[in-house]
Amino acid sequence: MKLLASLLLCLCIPAVWAAGADMPKIDIGKGGQCVKDPQWMRKNHMRLLKHQRDETVRNGVRDEKSSLKNCIECHASIKDDSVIARDDSFCVACHRYEAVKVDCFECHSGERKSAWLQRNAK
Amino acid sequence: MSDCKINPTEINMVDLKRRSFLKTSLGVVAVAIAPGMLLFDVAHGKSEPASGKVRWGMLIDTNQCKDGCNDCVGACNKENGLSDKTGATDPQWIRKIELKDSSSGRALSLPMMCQHCEHPPCVDVCPTTASFKRADGIVLVDKHRCIGCRYCMMACPYKARSFVHEPLHDQNPDVPRGKGTVESCTLCVHRVDQGQRPACAEACPNKAILFGDLNDANSEIAMKIRSVASAQVRADLQLNPGIRYQGL
Amino acid sequence: MPTLASLHFKNRLYWVLLSAGMLVALAGLYAVHLMEHHGHIITGMNNQIVWGLPHVFAIFLIVAASGVLNVASIGSVFGKAIYKARAPLASLLSIAMLAGGLTVLMLDLGRPDRIMVAATNYNLTSVFAWNVVLYSGMFALVIVYLWTMMERRMNPWNKPAGLAVFVWRFVLTTGTGLIFAFLTARQAYGSALLPPMFIVLSFAWGLAVFHLVQTSIYMWNEKTIDSAILQRKKHLLGIFVIGSLYMVATYHLTNLYFAHQTGFEHFILFDGGIYPALFWWGYVVLGNLLPLLLLYLPGIQRDRWAALASLLIIIGGFALLYVFIIGGQAYPLNIFPGYEVSSSFADGQIAAYRPSLYEFLLGFGGLAIAFIITTVSVRVLNFMPQDKPYIAD
Repeated sequence: MKLLASLLLCLCIPAVWAAGADMPKIDIGKGGQCVKDPQWMRKNHMRLLKHQRDETVRNGVRDEKSSLKNCIECHASIKDDSVIARDDSFCVACHRYEAVKVDCFECHSGERKSAWLQRNAK
Repeated sequence: MSDCKINPTEINMVDLKRRSFLKTSLGVVAVAIAPGMLLFDVAHGKSEPASGKVRWGMLIDTNQCKDGCNDCVGACNKENGLSDKTGATDPQWIRKIELKDSSSGRALSLPMMCQHCEHPPCVDVCPTTASFKRADGIVLVDKHRCIGCRYCMMACPYKARSFVHEPLHDQNPDVPRGKGTVESCTLCVHRVDQGQRPACAEACPNKAILFGDLNDANSEIAMKIRSVASAQVRADLQLNPGIRYQGL
Repeated sequence: MPTLASLHFKNRLYWVLLSAGMLVALAGLYAVHLMEHHGHIITGMNNQIVWGLPHVFAIFLIVAASGVLNVASIGSVFGKAIYKARAPLASLLSIAMLAGGLTVLMLDLGRPDRIMVAATNYNLTSVFAWNVVLYSGMFALVIVYLWTMMERRMNPWNKPAGLAVFVWRFVLTTGTGLIFAFLTARQAYGSALLPPMFIVLSFAWGLAVFHLVQTSIYMWNEKTIDSAILQRKKHLLGIFVIGSLYMVATYHLTNLYFAHQTGFEHFILFDGGIYPALFWWGYVVLGNLLPLLLLYLPGIQRDRWAALASLLIIIGGFALLYVFIIGGQAYPLNIFPGYEVSSSFADGQIAAYRPSLYEFLLGFGGLAIAFIITTVSVRVLNFMPQDKPYIAD
């Protein structure tokens, strides 16, 4: 029992130690809060996005508040207008840290729409 | 899974006041843009769903469609981020077909795309309900659900659908598309939802493509369909396509 | 009595065969990995030929998986002793081929990673969706059926389980035929004849596969099959082959009767290049006439000739499916009847298709999975048919 406890303790120390150390550095772009506070968003953004995507694609509700495009509009980096271009980009930094695969950007553009339009205006 | 459900009203109610403030203030900012400056677009929201009272459709006048003109195809490709390539594996949402009547020899030319059927076979056969018809009659592929089985491509009588054979990059933010899913003409749903016409209709130099609400008796398209002879392609299949052709 | 040396040799041969099977399966998985990475551009499939060689393999395996159960049904449902002794092996082959076929079908999807969506979003009007239920149900039923045969305490349930499998497999092959029968806009498909045609084809292909495997197992165990039993099996196989030929002929003849289909039939039967060649030489001559000769010619009674006939029937089956699936798509879809058409999207043109290496790898990977399941199971469990001294039923 003692052995187990000490073993657990040993295991906990590096975990606690690591927790604060390598937090991801995130380029939050223009940032700002428009839906909910950051802590809530960290936990629930995927549910909002998933809910919104079905509403938009299937029912045509284009409420921009929680649309992916609108998120990107503010959170794309000021440097390269993208949420996925670099290791510290808004989506990449956190998702890499949490080791969760983002499935959005195989189809969706990760670039700020206004920047895309400007670049593609002929 | 039930705890993942979000009450839509809860989301829509979030900070309505701030939203309208943001909208107006952002709108003011966005109008004044100097070249090279960062551009934050005004987001045009539309919180009502597509209406079942509307049925979007097109009337295409083949007499006005010029042999060899490809403007609608080019406009579609540009709008939706398709390459202009026409290889066997390249997606084509709209294509020009040159026809010659086998017996009389009369030649004509017309654009062919998803016919947005009232009873679409692609929707019937889709195993995952990825193919679906919106309340306003637009037939779409929900790429979040498409597993890429291509059964809809087999079922479509118009060969309207394409499969994305390669990874894509730099998509139009308004038109998400990706490898391994099936896609087709969306009737430019992202434009229609903002009150605009589809890109092909806007691009046609001879105004051969008339877009509008088939259900609204006073719309230009409904009035014209009442007064001129028009036909649906493969009407024998009784799918009631939303695209009609004049002079076929 | 086998000698020690021959047992050693066989043991080694077993591992060599198994490794070869694993290698082929791995090559198939590697092809899938590449297809996932590069997209379907590395296959020969395109926007005109949307279903290609993987579907030929998958549909053959699934249809044969249903047909092989015929052996079990004749035993369990109709109570024939010599078939009852072979029911376990037939069930095993069914599971193995179903697994192989479904793997190919699933891994050919554009987004195989999303396969769960097929379960969470179910479209009641889709034949494909019905088949998801039919295939998984078949899997479960056949496993239960095997259990009732191999576990003595479950033996009383054998007959109802056999009956359930019997019914289910008819529905399943009907479902497979319906995938094509519901494609009303396509000249090649959209025929109510297709489900019964697939059922009769499944009888022939399933029995051919069964016979081939049975011959191998008897050879492996240095036994010879009772000639009276062999004779009966050969007759049954012959009848199934004639039956399937009849169904295929009827399908083409009805098409020829409809004026608007004659163009398509001309293409498939006469001037379509590889497709008529595969149909006449591959399916009719190699897959039907030659096997019938081997089965019925009075001079040749050896079981090896029957095994060769079975192999030819299987090859003929692949040829027929290639013509049916790929030839059916290659002929231009008639969107504007009465007009000659041309466009940038191959309207009015014969579509070109050249299967790529990766499609072959995937297809053979599916065969390898079926092979591995069969080989391992036959080694660890007793699937050898146990015949009592033969008495006519």
